[in-house]
Amino acid sequence: MDSRLRGNDSGGRVMEIEENFLYTKEHEWVSIEDNIATMGITDYAQEALGDVTYVELPEEESEVEQFEQFVSVESVKAASDIYAPMGGKVVDVNRKLEETPALINKDCYGKGWIAKIDVRDMDESTNLMSAEEYRNYLDSLH
Amino acid sequence: MANIPSVEALLHNTPLADVHAALGAKMVGFGGWNMPLQYESILSEWDHNRKTVSIFDCSHMGEFMIKGDAVACGLDSIVTQTITDMPVNTCRYGAMLNEAGGIIDDLIVYRKGAEDWMIVVNAANIEKNARHFRAHLNAKANFEDASFKTAKLDVQGPQSRDVLKALGLAAIEKLSYYTFGQFQIKGVPCLISRTGYTGELGYEIYCPWEKCKEIWKNILDNATVKPTGLGVRDVLRVEMCYSLYGHELDETISPLEAGLDKFIDGKKNFIGRQAVSAQTPQRTIGYFISASRKSPRAGNKIFDAAGNEIGMVTSGTFSPALNAGIGIGFMDSPRRDAGVEIFFGDEKSKAAAVVAKRPFYKFGSLKT
Repeated sequence: MDSRLRGNDSGGRVMEIEENFLYTKEHEWVSIEDNIATMGITDYAQEALGDVTYVELPEEESEVEQFEQFVSVESVKAASDIYAPMGGKVVDVNRKLEETPALINKDCYGKGWIAKIDVRDMDESTNLMSAEEYRNYLDSLH
Repeated sequence: MANIPSVEALLHNTPLADVHAALGAKMVGFGGWNMPLQYESILSEWDHNRKTVSIFDCSHMGEFMIKGDAVACGLDSIVTQTITDMPVNTCRYGAMLNEAGGIIDDLIVYRKGAEDWMIVVNAANIEKNARHFRAHLNAKANFEDASFKTAKLDVQGPQSRDVLKALGLAAIEKLSYYTFGQFQIKGVPCLISRTGYTGELGYEIYCPWEKCKEIWKNILDNATVKPTGLGVRDVLRVEMCYSLYGHELDETISPLEAGLDKFIDGKKNFIGRQAVSAQTPQRTIGYFISASRKSPRAGNKIFDAAGNEIGMVTSGTFSPALNAGIGIGFMDSPRRDAGVEIFFGDEKSKAAAVVAKRPFYKFGSLKT
């Protein structure tokens, strides 16, 4: 909405969390397999944003630093910065989001993935939260 | 620090605060009030309003009751629009200005009788406006700020007339655009006007604060009606290019820049008239459609095709009707015609758009 309208989630819905993923404080998730980090935004983030209407995807082959802003996700009333959970080279982006950004609302941990990053330094994963740590973090926000 | 109340505690509640909570609404602070942003999702609520019928809690808005001869009591010189020729049971949109010609608020005047008026104003401006009225009405006026005893529910959408008829209000059929009448909903007296902020056929229902819950329930008992929040209300009004105070209108903006000229009576004397007459607008309000689903946002800069900064976005949203971003903003003179390419964003990132004619949404049921 505008600068005077700030939402809070008073719905009390239980947020879904994928057990084997890692999480950031900015509510991105990441799943790392064979050095490739697939990332997106969490259930908490998509719920807070509401209907996603536009995703500004990063350029393929671009280099990003961990926690650098590299994606913008827009809902009807606001735009939000999304940060890279791991540093490296962007090797793939989810082009389906260009036509169907609502995939982020419908399936944020699956078909609503945003980008894949070829990880530069696996040690950066120690800066992320486990599912349990993220659940505790969400509890601390309310 | 412990004794400082939270921001939430300082917000006013409408009579429906616990009803919204029970419906699971996301709440937001707006104009000093705790209001429902959305119940389900903005897109589904938008769809229901444009195709069926929605109810909005607009009890935050302000209502002033004034009794007196319009000219003799000073009311006529406070508002910019012509009011002396208004037939009873009609309403008229306009504004009130400060001495410097800035916009104190936009408002609707209701003529309830020859010397009986209701003024409906924006929630955020109730106290400021009441001070202005009290300062400028004379002893011949009887002024009452009834904002906290008058609730308002908007029923808007192509099926809104059917909903009110189903409640036994057969005479609602006779209300034409910008007229009103006195009705009863299940024995509760209500003033109902055929007005709104959505571009659809619709009604605004003014009822006693303590009866608001009953009216809300009676209307929502009709299965075609869905509750709808301020989030959608803002999308609907931007699609119709309706101005919102604090965005397209404020005390630093000239009514001529804001496109309020046709709501100003040039033949009468009103506060701010002299200043407005001396104004030469340096910018004009404009409307534009994004070339993509990327939406302009209030505060974005506007650039011309050559990259020169020419203005600022005051309202922006994604439009479900156009499946594209839409925006309202002020642009330096001269006025740019529909079809001219502009850009919105900042120096680092600009997105293409074209200037459009108002309204963005041309298929509303407003006058059906």
